[in-house]
Amino acid sequence: MESLQHLASGFAVALTPINLMWCLIGCTLGTAIGVLPGLGPALTIALLLPITFKVEPTAAFILFAGIYYGAMYGGSTTSILLNTPGESATIVTALEGNKMARGGRAGAALATSAIGSFVAGTIGTLGIAFLAPVVVDIALKFGPADYFSLMVLAFVTVSAVLGSSAIRGLSALFLGIWLGLIGIDLQTGQARFTFGVQELLDGVNVIIVAVGLFAVGETLYMASRRLSGGDEIIPLRGSLWMTKEEWSRSWKPWLRGTAIGFPIGAMPAGGAEIPTFLSYFMEKKFSKKPEEFGHGAIEGVAGPEAANNASAAGVLVPMLTLGLPTSATAAIMLSAFQSYGINPGPMLLTTQPQLVWGLIASLLIGNVMLLALNLPMIAVWVKMLHIPAPLLYAGILVFATIGTYGISQSPFDLVLLYVIGTIGFLMRRYDFPTAPVIIGVILGPLAEQNFRQAMTISAGDWTVFFTRPLSASILAIAAFAILAPKVYELVASRRSGALIVKS
Amino acid sequence: MGGAARGEIALALGLLCISGIVLWQTLEIPVSPIYARVGPTIIPMMTGVGLGCLSLALLVSALRGGWQTDEEKEYTPDKLALGWLGAGMLANIVLIGPAGFTVASVVMFTLVARGFGSTQILRDASYGLAFSLVAYIGFARALGIKIGAGPLERLIDSLFKLI
Repeated sequence: MESLQHLASGFAVALTPINLMWCLIGCTLGTAIGVLPGLGPALTIALLLPITFKVEPTAAFILFAGIYYGAMYGGSTTSILLNTPGESATIVTALEGNKMARGGRAGAALATSAIGSFVAGTIGTLGIAFLAPVVVDIALKFGPADYFSLMVLAFVTVSAVLGSSAIRGLSALFLGIWLGLIGIDLQTGQARFTFGVQELLDGVNVIIVAVGLFAVGETLYMASRRLSGGDEIIPLRGSLWMTKEEWSRSWKPWLRGTAIGFPIGAMPAGGAEIPTFLSYFMEKKFSKKPEEFGHGAIEGVAGPEAANNASAAGVLVPMLTLGLPTSATAAIMLSAFQSYGINPGPMLLTTQPQLVWGLIASLLIGNVMLLALNLPMIAVWVKMLHIPAPLLYAGILVFATIGTYGISQSPFDLVLLYVIGTIGFLMRRYDFPTAPVIIGVILGPLAEQNFRQAMTISAGDWTVFFTRPLSASILAIAAFAILAPKVYELVASRRSGALIVKS
Repeated sequence: MGGAARGEIALALGLLCISGIVLWQTLEIPVSPIYARVGPTIIPMMTGVGLGCLSLALLVSALRGGWQTDEEKEYTPDKLALGWLGAGMLANIVLIGPAGFTVASVVMFTLVARGFGSTQILRDASYGLAFSLVAYIGFARALGIKIGAGPLERLIDSLFKLI
């Protein structure tokens, strides 16, 4: 019950007029960028990172968290009305939601997704409040070797398990780790991979990587196939008030989606796709009208949408308590902490209680704001979908320049931005995931630091990672996560091969 | 297994080159004997070797026909559009120093809009001007972030001083 006391003090922080204002700005901005195709929360927070020099940490994180949650709400609107999932986590929402909109029930689809997001976001945020102190107690026992193994686990799951191909995911991750290593090695003062370029001594700023991959890469990709036929925006039809039947078909999927999404999000593995897909198939199984699936079943919107938001909340648990980001957005938030000189980890809750609990309370308030912003004002957001592509993408590129050039007013950074943008374009065209690059840039140097600390403590003994029970078991899980699907595939193909031979 | 996929092969070879550069540059990092055991080269070495192995795996997969989806494979990228965007970015790099943020942005904005098929150059340029002025005032004036000052920005700054 200690959490409740902390939460009350958090509300005292979050309810000050100035913090309420930051929360409202964040939620509004988040919804807007969630609605707009081509912009996401990771990119937006990266562009806003320079405010960390001006604004105090609590206010900045309230703003970032509002953007993070807001983008989830806005993203589902685009999925439903445009059938262009803004993020991989909303693919499932588009599946049934867009069918509902085509059938003239856009209102109900938007309503069940917004209310489901609210329910899941609220329960998920309360979950953070109660789970975080528990995780901290465990995390305090972690040594550098255990941390390194934990990061290896996060690396493996984020890049190899969640995407469509382990090799491509890992390639993206290693590219990110390399980018993260560029610059002066803090332990020895040695310059690494700077090729004699002065500008690279400070390292490659994560803003440039994120903005390059997400904004420039995406813009190039959209330009390269601008004639492939735009998606049709389905006009808003159907009442936003759900009927009694729609309510009774929605509330159980909301709760089930939350129950799946939050624990999976809170694991140091992360990923919002798996819970949304799990929830979809679960609802299909539980539904009294499974024949409606594929033609606009409301359960198929309600469940995955709740799972998505609950896992977004869950991701904040390892981020705040272990300093372990498992999504691109969380990685950018971690770099915001670094820019304040704050180290997220088990000590964060004791050293920065105001910040953490203020943030959690503000997430709860933000959820209420988002519900109010998204349902009655939905028509305003739909209008944003009508911005012509030439103006939208030209604006995105100009914003990308601001974020990059603002770092140190160096044209070299712009060159780097556009080079990374071109890499992002190629990655998009050849189906490489981009999130592992960001995770690699942020988490790579931290993993190296822990690795070297562990090796120093063990006097250079490599076996330390396998002899410490905690570290060993985490590494075993990581190995299992990467090998199990392969073994399963092999067995399955052998079996079907054997069947063919028999017949 | 279809034929070899050219794009994927080029990509895998490019990544192989990068891993070569990583390994070569890792060997260039001088290591002081004090840190010999857990020095600054261990993780870079692992990264280089890892990238090398992964790019070889990609190469094998590319030689076996690649992994791109049919839809993506059949689509020829619009080279003209990409050319306009490239021109916009280049102009931006060249102009932002001498001419300032606003001019560089308007030129890039117009070129990018052209790349996306818009032909109303004047309309795009005026949207670009309005957009970059708002952005300049928002970022530079309100948040105090320096984003490149040219003649136009100095004029705005002096206007603000008058108020």
